[in-house]
Amino acid sequence: MSVLVFTENWDGQFKKLSFELVSYASKIAEMLNTTTTAVSIGNVGDSELNKLGKYGADKIISVSDNKLVNLDNQAYTAVIAELAEKEGAKTIIFSNNNVGKALAPRLSAKLKAGLVSGAIKVPGTIDPFTLTKKVFSGKAFASVIIKSESKIITLAQNSFKLIEKNNTPSIEQYAPQVSDDLIKTSIKNVEKQTGKVILTDADIVVSGGRGMKSPDNWGPIEELAEILGAATACSRPVSDEGWRPHNEHTGQTGKIIAPNLYFAFGISGAIQHLAGISSSKFIVAVNTDKEAPIFEAADYGIIGDALKVLPELISAVKEVKSS
Amino acid sequence: MKILICLSNVPDTTTKVKFVDNNTQLDKTGIQWIINPWDELALTRALELKEDADASVESITVITVGGKDSETTIRKALAIGADDALRVDADPGDAYVVASQIAEAIKDKGYDIILCGIESSDYNSSLVGGMLSELLNIPSISAVSGLHISNNEVTLDRDIDGGKEVVSAPTPFVAVVQKGIAAEPRIASMRGIMMAKKKPIDVIAPQSVEVLTEFAGYELPQSKAACKIIDPENVKELVDLLRNEAKVI
Ligand SMILES: Cc1cc2nc3c(=O)[nH]c(=O)nc-3n(C[C@H](O)[C@H](O)[C@H](O)COP(=O)(O)OP(=O)(O)OC[C@H]3O[C@@H](n4cnc5c(N)ncnc54)[C@H](O)[C@@H]3O)c2cc1C
Ligand SMILES: Nc1ncnc2c1ncn2[C@@H]1O[C@H](COP(=O)(O)O)[C@@H](O)[C@H]1O
Repeated sequence: MSVLVFTENWDGQFKKLSFELVSYASKIAEMLNTTTTAVSIGNVGDSELNKLGKYGADKIISVSDNKLVNLDNQAYTAVIAELAEKEGAKTIIFSNNNVGKALAPRLSAKLKAGLVSGAIKVPGTIDPFTLTKKVFSGKAFASVIIKSESKIITLAQNSFKLIEKNNTPSIEQYAPQVSDDLIKTSIKNVEKQTGKVILTDADIVVSGGRGMKSPDNWGPIEELAEILGAATACSRPVSDEGWRPHNEHTGQTGKIIAPNLYFAFGISGAIQHLAGISSSKFIVAVNTDKEAPIFEAADYGIIGDALKVLPELISAVKEVKSS
Repeated sequence: MKILICLSNVPDTTTKVKFVDNNTQLDKTGIQWIINPWDELALTRALELKEDADASVESITVITVGGKDSETTIRKALAIGADDALRVDADPGDAYVVASQIAEAIKDKGYDIILCGIESSDYNSSLVGGMLSELLNIPSISAVSGLHISNNEVTLDRDIDGGKEVVSAPTPFVAVVQKGIAAEPRIASMRGIMMAKKKPIDVIAPQSVEVLTEFAGYELPQSKAACKIIDPENVKELVDLLRNEAKVI
């Protein structure tokens, strides 16, 4: 009956996202009067697995099978379905990130379990089982009822705070039945971005728009990001023009992010841009036009030239960082 | 290769949304309906592949689950260049209903590559593609930003956190596509619009599907507190606010 939570690892390590997810699952388990079981697929050591206990996992099932080194959606789904059945789990939680989006819908169809994606909080009521999510690219919230007995939720990133419970979880090594013909995809090549903060993970994001005037003006954006430990981002026309790489584009058709702090330098704040960033906890806008719509979404604003404000901001941040 | 593209019919991205019936229904008056932006890019990529002799794409079909009014959007896709279209005559309900209707309608039709968008810009669920692949019991590859066919081998670029993987997959499969799959969406030419009128839309009667979720109501977000404006001559104050008021740096 326990709540099952899929915890992704990155080269054997968990991230804050995994801990948020376990905290969330454990909160729901509490509402349902049951326990929390975390599932991990990959080579993860016991001390790392134990960290999940800190955030409320009662039990951890660790699957490390050489056939599962690469994400094959069909095979991973089969393994998680097998575990859900073994544990009698009727509520299953994933992150609404790339991997969660790849697996949760498959599992939903396999188990005939109603799924709400991108939930932003725990169920408002358990009976009926009601969740809240954003719809229309952040322009409204919907409450959605899951009617089936088995239920799946994917949690929107950065929308639930860590809760420490300091459990001592039991760890079970599990060997699933993975037949070779279940794994149909193969990886031919991997390109990793190294050294930089990953945009969808970042607590702080420094972003520039067409108001930055030229790709040659991005030095200070990168410098500010560097001293804040932030990721860099941009508006769509900036990536379309090739000023910045495509993986930096935020917005409705780009990445949807929810950092604690988002800096928008020379971004007008078109509705499609806001769709990607309006979940940020705080938004700072720097724009020469006081009528720019970005100021309606921003918490703090400077009406001025981004190219002049940036160097001053950099030195002011350096000053507080060193004090 | 036969390519199928799942088309979601969505309100234009600049639509100001409003709700009626005690906030349980979207107010559809005055809404412009468009092809979901990612589906439009998927169609564009399919057309590029069809023009490339190496890829040997035989046909491009589009499918929509929706009422008669979604045919305007289907015609747009035919005008852009799809060869034919299917419409399952059912209310799209939720993602599971949509995926089940599509699975049932196409299961014996032998499509090799099925393309879905990463999400519909209205309900933002990111679910149909994954569900469809499981219902058809075929592989799925998600977060796809590139699709290549050469010598009958299909490879896909899949985005992962902080990088990219090149994945090879046997057909049939479902690819859930996102930005990058094509550069700019194609638009219909005058000739395309004329030809689209003659292309077939096959209307399929719906199956009955179990309802797993229900949209119970909507709410508009509260308007944000006014933005605090800081003098450009006093950037230090901004840093001070971010540190001591917002507590984010
Ligand atoms: C279907 C669709 C999907 C879209 N998806 C996205 C998306 O995902 N993401 C996205 O970003 N856009 C998207 N767009 C485009 C969007 O509508 C806007 O065109 C775009 O966001 C504008 O980018 P921008 O703010 O950088 O440029 P602009 O609109 O040109 O704004 C530049 C801003 O910089 C200011 N400025 C100028 N000089 C300075 C200076 N020296 N210092 C400070 N400020 C200055 C100007 O006042 C202006 O406000 C989409 C559009 C469509 C139709
Ligand atoms: N009513 C529909 N008919 C056909 N395809 C759809 C429909 N709704 C969604 N899709 C497909 O599923 C993708 C993801 O949508 P969603 O899961 O609703 O966010 C879309 O980009 C379409 O490819």
